[in-house]
Amino acid sequence: MKSSVIVFPGSNCDRDIAVALEKMQFRNQMVWHKETRLPKTDLIVLPGGFSYGDYLRSGAIAGKSLIINEVIKAANDGCLIIGICNGFQILTETGLLNGTLLRNKNLKFINKDIHVKIMNNETRFSNKYKKDQILKINIAHNEGNFFTDKKHLRDLKENNLIAFKYCDEIGNINEQSNPNGSLENIAGIYNSKKNILGMMPHPERMVDQLISNTDGENLFSSIFN
Amino acid sequence: MKFSIIVTLKKDVLDPQGKVVQNTLIDIGLNLKNIRQGKYFEIEVDEKNQSKAEKNIDEMCKKLLVNLIIEDYKINKL
Repeated sequence: MKSSVIVFPGSNCDRDIAVALEKMQFRNQMVWHKETRLPKTDLIVLPGGFSYGDYLRSGAIAGKSLIINEVIKAANDGCLIIGICNGFQILTETGLLNGTLLRNKNLKFINKDIHVKIMNNETRFSNKYKKDQILKINIAHNEGNFFTDKKHLRDLKENNLIAFKYCDEIGNINEQSNPNGSLENIAGIYNSKKNILGMMPHPERMVDQLISNTDGENLFSSIFN
Repeated sequence: MKFSIIVTLKKDVLDPQGKVVQNTLIDIGLNLKNIRQGKYFEIEVDEKNQSKAEKNIDEMCKKLLVNLIIEDYKINKL
């Protein structure tokens, strides 16, 4: 399996995700945002960070970069795409995912390990998890407060497109376990074809027992299944 | 030709920054009912025809400057 990590000026989780992908047996390549061609790839990752210093809106400028046209083409051809944190923000700005990420409700940058629940374990990204499995995973963002219109929210629920919800360590999904004010505790979503995943938590930070845990590994190994 | 664009959050979108500014103004003893915070752009275009220029500015708003899911915008000729 080949993976491509797109690198923007201000990306800062690009190397972490590259290390995680290689550990999970992907043959990875880094792709600079000014490229106009994507190498042949099975998975594209838009990494976390602060592309273009979050100017205008988080992800807005990266969402119009040259390589994004190729990412959109690949997405329409069914290529798997993950946007993590700033990558999720970029996906919403390109229109590949609907909705948007607002400023955290408490106006603070939040960097901590939280818990999320697997809402759908039948996708290319989640088939090695159990339904309702609880993961301990890191978040680090200022704009992670997911918001969308009523129609899209209904669509997400009816078609099982919610990937993860914030919960507490025993799985309660409520206001107390919602770190950033996200609509219905949503931490990650799929597009309608389920080949695109946008998520605020960082699975690439959870692939090594020595520094955290291995709760993120199955996200990458699911792709091989 | 020069235009101004005011971008504001839609009515039902939470504006936490505006809320903090509002609370602070109240804390320092100033009286107000409500604040919504927004963004302001000034754009100059090389176009003599006003309706063409406005169309161009509108396209800029829709394609980049404004996130239509959460924001409204208003274009004014300066």
